[in-house]
Amino acid sequence: MAKKSLCAWQDLALGAAILEPGSAAKLKTGDWRTLIPRLDEEKCIKCGMCELYCPEFCISEGRDGFFRPDFTYCKGCGICANECPKQAIAMVMEEK
Amino acid sequence: MEKKRVGIEVSLAVAEAVKLARAQVVSAYPITPQTHIVEELSTYVANGELDAEFIPVESEHSAMSAAVGASAAGARVYTATSSQGLALMHEILFIASAQRLPIVMTVANRSLSGPISIWNDHSDIMAERDIGWVQLFVEDGQEAMELTVAAFKIAEDHRVLLPVAVNMDGFILTHMIEPVIFPAQAAVDAFLPPYKPALRLDPAKPVTMGPVGVPEVYMEAKKQCEQALLDSKAVVAEVLKEAGKAFERKYDLIETNGKKKAKTLFVTMGSLGESVWSAVDSLNEDGEDVGQVRIRLWRPFPEQEFKKACKDAKRLIVIDRAMSPGSACGPVAQELKGVFYKDKNAPEIVNVVAGLGGRDVPVADFKEMYRLAKKGKLAKTYTLWGVDSNA
Repeated sequence: MAKKSLCAWQDLALGAAILEPGSAAKLKTGDWRTLIPRLDEEKCIKCGMCELYCPEFCISEGRDGFFRPDFTYCKGCGICANECPKQAIAMVMEEK
Repeated sequence: MEKKRVGIEVSLAVAEAVKLARAQVVSAYPITPQTHIVEELSTYVANGELDAEFIPVESEHSAMSAAVGASAAGARVYTATSSQGLALMHEILFIASAQRLPIVMTVANRSLSGPISIWNDHSDIMAERDIGWVQLFVEDGQEAMELTVAAFKIAEDHRVLLPVAVNMDGFILTHMIEPVIFPAQAAVDAFLPPYKPALRLDPAKPVTMGPVGVPEVYMEAKKQCEQALLDSKAVVAEVLKEAGKAFERKYDLIETNGKKKAKTLFVTMGSLGESVWSAVDSLNEDGEDVGQVRIRLWRPFPEQEFKKACKDAKRLIVIDRAMSPGSACGPVAQELKGVFYKDKNAPEIVNVVAGLGGRDVPVADFKEMYRLAKKGKLAKTYTLWGVDSNA
């Protein structure tokens, strides 16, 4: 049987409480993704709307001024593509 | 000093028990037939007799939510409800046990609508059977008072840390005036030390209580709570024994009365047990081979103790005070059929669903049930007692 549990039940904190602040960063939500955002740098005007709308807060501005997601956390929800005023982001099937 | 018996309405005796237990937060919404308990507690708080926060919420959903919050903050928390109020708490009841919060709640058992009924039966708690709480049933005023205090000790034990529901029949018990002997405050304090939370909300030591349980964690979280509930049986037995020493009475998980090694046993839960007791005594006087088993702890169900109490029985007449529509029988009978499944010496189990919506079930009716059972004239599934048919 494939291992599907995080730990033995005895190792969970009381009532499945989380004792360590900020531990959500350990949850790699990127593996939920089916579609992946692909940026067309020709169309992008570097406005940062995608960063503002990203519900995962995983998009940030790079040194070149383009905004790109951290794929460790990007769930592939497509909100960035939907909000982009220049349709510079396309959601495409990710090869895994 | 001679112990003083006080004639008191059982609801008020329960309020007194909560005061003696030094509850720190009471969040409640009034509903018949529970109202007198929290009304009295609000008076205690207003008068300064009980140093507690009384939260008069706008619904039972909020009452249980506030209880969860206060308990998470580390307070000793009490609430009470009935019927529709318990139903309105439904979703939060699971959260209280999942977060391992030792809240104590009196359920003044009342039927659920519809038709609208304010009177007694067990359909409210049976609809909440699987909430993961410790569930006790009491039979009389003294027991209601003592087990309310004991419930805090059970709930707060670090081997348990689960909420406890103390069930008492609405009106039939809550509104009776009974003789009750109260323990001294010092005796209660010695029995029930202040609550020491294992985990609580504290800005100096941050903790997230009630987070998302992703699929990799959810089942382990459920297992942890169920194991705590199963393990609570030994703690309940231990605390009831201690309560027996500290207060007036001795309590077991399962009680028996009537003829020893009787072939036929009535099985009851709650205050109908006393009427059945009278019926059994009377039948014994007539030479009938009958006894009684009374269930005090419903969840976790004390399977071994129950089986031990029934080891000589050939027939159980199980009295249910709730229907389980579409099932083969009432909830208590279902439980017992499960307990005895594939047991070579299993007694025959006949089930009588009686006294729904406050319908009176007098002593004579139980004697009639016994006579019918003896002749094999009670239905193989269950009998809805006293319901006339013109077919």
